[in-house]
Amino acid sequence: MTEPTAAAAAPVAAPPPGRFELAPVRGVLAREWALYRRSWKPTTFAALVEPIIFLLAFGFGLGSLVGAVSGYRYIDFVATGIVAMSVLFTSMFPGLIDTYVRRVFQHTYDGMLAAPVDVRELVTAEGAWIGLKAGVYGCAPLLVALAFGLPPAPGMLMVPLVALVTGFGFALTGIWLSAAVPSIKTMDYIISGVITPLFLVAGTFFPLDTLPSWAQALAKANPLHHCVELVRGAAFGIDPASAALHWAALLLFVAAAWCLAVFQMRRRLID
Amino acid sequence: MTSSSSASAPPPSPGPEARPETAREPSRAPAVALRGVVKRYGSLRAVDGLDLEVPTGIVLGLLGPNGAGKSTTMRMLTAQSRADAGEITVLGHPVPRASKQARADMGVVPQHDNLDEELTAGENLEVFTHLYRVPRGEREEAVRRALAIAHLEDRRNTRTDKLSGGMRRRLLIARGLVHRPRLVLLDEPTVGLDPQVRQELWGLITRLRAEGVTVLMSTHYIEEAERLSDQVALMAKGRVVAHGEPAALIAEHAGRTVEEFPVGPGGHDGAEERARARGLPTRRTGAALAVLRAEEIDGGLRELLGRGEVRAANLEDVFVHLTGERVE
Repeated sequence: MTEPTAAAAAPVAAPPPGRFELAPVRGVLAREWALYRRSWKPTTFAALVEPIIFLLAFGFGLGSLVGAVSGYRYIDFVATGIVAMSVLFTSMFPGLIDTYVRRVFQHTYDGMLAAPVDVRELVTAEGAWIGLKAGVYGCAPLLVALAFGLPPAPGMLMVPLVALVTGFGFALTGIWLSAAVPSIKTMDYIISGVITPLFLVAGTFFPLDTLPSWAQALAKANPLHHCVELVRGAAFGIDPASAALHWAALLLFVAAAWCLAVFQMRRRLID
Repeated sequence: MTSSSSASAPPPSPGPEARPETAREPSRAPAVALRGVVKRYGSLRAVDGLDLEVPTGIVLGLLGPNGAGKSTTMRMLTAQSRADAGEITVLGHPVPRASKQARADMGVVPQHDNLDEELTAGENLEVFTHLYRVPRGEREEAVRRALAIAHLEDRRNTRTDKLSGGMRRRLLIARGLVHRPRLVLLDEPTVGLDPQVRQELWGLITRLRAEGVTVLMSTHYIEEAERLSDQVALMAKGRVVAHGEPAALIAEHAGRTVEEFPVGPGGHDGAEERARARGLPTRRTGAALAVLRAEEIDGGLRELLGRGEVRAANLEDVFVHLTGERVE
């Protein structure tokens, strides 16, 4: 065979796409970035103002009654807790509600899955974007607390990472639940029955050792508790072994949430 | 054509820049092949033993009543719906196993508008250049090209929710073309649009065909299928009941002419039975009885029926004959 063919002139075919690729993740992130460029003002307002109001109200209001907790000024104690609360709110709500709206009402994901994007890449990208935002916004209460006299510590540089990983996990949890609920109405069960205890029974506003032992045991299973401990550890110091355990718990949580989110979204999006 | 012919000779998968040459390259392998495909939802068989081949470079209209399985078939081609049985090949890639490669090479225009309303027309296209992995240096050109296809060059910076219905539909189609696909799936592209906008979209589909793109278009508008399609596949109850060029289908199933007879007060039952006994299909069109293959009416049947209104047979006659009142 010597005759030149059109096929020979064509470039070598691209290798077949692998099981998990970064290109579609980047593609989904490109969309998020385009959307964020339009909506960053209200998003940022909500993500910053709410935790700061919580911080000031509890820090000064309750702080004047409480004084010190676990050996720290109450405002310092609660600021580290509110970092975690902020991470939970800025990740779980978008994961739950935005994902539901895009899947059910906007059919966005149907459009994306018709392109060379698979569910696991889609879920990873959506979770990562939300986690990234939580990692940035979650630091705001800490900055406010620094302005009000919390002593700076080098460990605080870890806080964005803790916030990002926790946010990724809760975003995935939200995505999973958004695909598990039968209708948008039933989200009320999750908001009141899951999110509220998650953020209160985590050592955010009060130390866990004031709770009955069964509640303390439950709190240990709350991923947000491990986030609180790591943030508090970053500000006040923590021994490496405890930090490693909290990190392990968080990573386990992320892995489980990823599997559940991918599984449940695939059930909803691929029939 | 056998399944091995398409598997052993997949069409070359070119980069976007190689499109124009390969588009005109004659290819034996069909762009899409479905064999014995079954899709069940509970006890419902939405697709029930579907066989269909779409030759490369043509427009194939997938025609059928609501619930015939057209949309399910489209979703199976992108692996968004998984067949319970059968084999699917898209551009030489087995689906769902290599569906990602297939999806990279084809463009999909969904029935439901899922544009991002908060984004501009240009941003909607740009997002899909990322999803379709258009190389960074070619993205701007791809967006401009798609805007030109949609005739939206001057609307690039308009938010999508400010576009008219026709503009949105053109943008939706252009979004599926940003990466110069070799195959385009159009699911009911003109449903709910006014006639002017439909005309525009027909022009767009005709241009795609001229560029050598294979188009698989589902529709329940018979006129649309007849005008645009090189071939029509008629679906009913999850199967292809007829497939061929529109003129050939009409000749085979409806003959050259159809004669319509007004239905008298006593109805036309006798006439209908006589015509059918003679082997001529009939259909009811409002207050008239239409006899297909009317050029064959003769003798006693002609005496009974008298003279009706003669018109050319069309695809609608075939459609109703095969999917509606089917003669057992």
